[in-house]
Amino acid sequence: MRRRSFIKKTVLSSLTAIISSDIIFGSKIPQGYIPLALQDPNPFKMFKKNKEMVILNDKPWNIEAQAHLLDDKITPNSSMFIRNNGVTPEEINPETWTLSIDGESVKNKKTYTLSDLKSKFKHHSYNLTLECGGNGRSEFDPPAKGNQWTAGAVHCATWTGVRLRDVLEDAGIKSNAVYIGYHSADTHLSGDSKKEPISRGCPLSKALQNETILAFQMNNEAIPLIHGYPLRLIAGGWPASVSGKWVHRISVRNKVHDGPKMTGTAYRIPCNPVAPGEKVKDEDMCIIESMPVKSIITYPKTGATINHGKALNIRGHAWAGELEVIKMEYSIDFGSTWTICPVEKPINRLAWQHFSTAINFPKKGYYEVWARATDTHSVAQPMLLPGWNPKGYLNNACHRIAVKII
Amino acid sequence: MNGNKEFQKKIKRAEKTAYIAMLFSFIASVLLLFAVFDPSFSIFGNKGTKHIYSTIAENEDKIENGIHIRTGLIDAEGLITVVNNCTNCHSAKLVVQNKMSAESWNATIKWMQETQNLWDLGSNQEIIVNYLVTNYPALAKGRRMVLKDIDWYTLKK
Repeated sequence: MRRRSFIKKTVLSSLTAIISSDIIFGSKIPQGYIPLALQDPNPFKMFKKNKEMVILNDKPWNIEAQAHLLDDKITPNSSMFIRNNGVTPEEINPETWTLSIDGESVKNKKTYTLSDLKSKFKHHSYNLTLECGGNGRSEFDPPAKGNQWTAGAVHCATWTGVRLRDVLEDAGIKSNAVYIGYHSADTHLSGDSKKEPISRGCPLSKALQNETILAFQMNNEAIPLIHGYPLRLIAGGWPASVSGKWVHRISVRNKVHDGPKMTGTAYRIPCNPVAPGEKVKDEDMCIIESMPVKSIITYPKTGATINHGKALNIRGHAWAGELEVIKMEYSIDFGSTWTICPVEKPINRLAWQHFSTAINFPKKGYYEVWARATDTHSVAQPMLLPGWNPKGYLNNACHRIAVKII
Repeated sequence: MNGNKEFQKKIKRAEKTAYIAMLFSFIASVLLLFAVFDPSFSIFGNKGTKHIYSTIAENEDKIENGIHIRTGLIDAEGLITVVNNCTNCHSAKLVVQNKMSAESWNATIKWMQETQNLWDLGSNQEIIVNYLVTNYPALAKGRRMVLKDIDWYTLKK
């Protein structure tokens, strides 16, 4: 940059010499001028996000919600977390956008335009829970590297599109197919055009589920650019990184997909449990599939003060990856006693479920309300951090809010 | 009379040459201006696509209250080495969120070199890691932290 400003000054003075008068524009170039395309953007405006969203990273963009922003049953764009691995693509033309199906295990390589996809295949809408594999990472000790998500990297929006199964079957799946991998239009942070920032996928069995869709709408509108416009793979209940944004190619693989962030420690946990901080070899790490059972209190916001004798209404959501939540409980005495609270059935498979109840407090003082969900396999959320892992994934410890009764 | 005309012609020709020269130097200077300020000619719609969401400010190494304004990093020994090597691809926000041991930082640097096109840091690696562990030390969190920084408010119904 120094060299640049030196050149700037040199150029301006040589211009002055050439025209032998003051440069009209030169004198108006303010000190510290920043070219328009490089000016500091306002992410809240740019992505239409709630002002209370928390920016973890601005290059690449990583923004999370706070628990109380997730109170809606269907998460609006304004409260949806952003997790990006690379540089967001620009200038997307939906007229020329295509999706190709290729790979070792596809019978016929095929390419579809967006209108092909929309006209050829039946449309389906589902509410699908997408949670970042690293949601809750900030609590691990020793710390795990990466964006330090707290509790807000989860959402459940309505996604509309066509079933991936219908498209894959149209192209034809060979009997040796085991996995699919997506390829996206985002670019690598280093600027290296040969590198993909992220290219993940899932076993064929997940790819063929009814709810695994190629979505072109989110909450009944075109998907916002930052969330994957014009086409996003949605695989609810699994780490949200399986739901590739800006998808333009899907490979049907005869082996586990090996794109960036499928290998090493990315989106993997030790196959066998390890002590906190223990080193784990790459070959001893296993790919995360379904996300674990979890819940979040979205009302009230933590820090509520109420008068003694008044009941506190709470509500929130619970989800369990591929499974369903069958029981919801809360505790106001740090787990000494638990009280069951009603939880609704999901609107469709892989959608989060809603709970609400009214709590009475025995006396004045400081309390924490802890929430605990249990899934169909009778597995409940732990109160403490679950098994430590090198990248800090899958923290499903109970969510809690602080309350004061005065 | 004749000599006068000849002279006027010559003047006109000279004037023309001067105008053309001025025109050329003007075009050249405009091109030069573009080369410096807008090398991708983004003003004509060909947007320099790569870094539209990135953040750049000039007067770039300004320090206020011990903070390097452009990156938000703490002003301490090694700051500029960290700025120059660790904020090109990703934001400094990613760096300061991570409070790790020297061993973990060295492993992270190795990973970035193997997979993310990070260059060999040479003797700068020690400066960088020392800066990070000194200014952003790891906190002991145990199995569950106490709830902190609670923003108390009266819940109205």
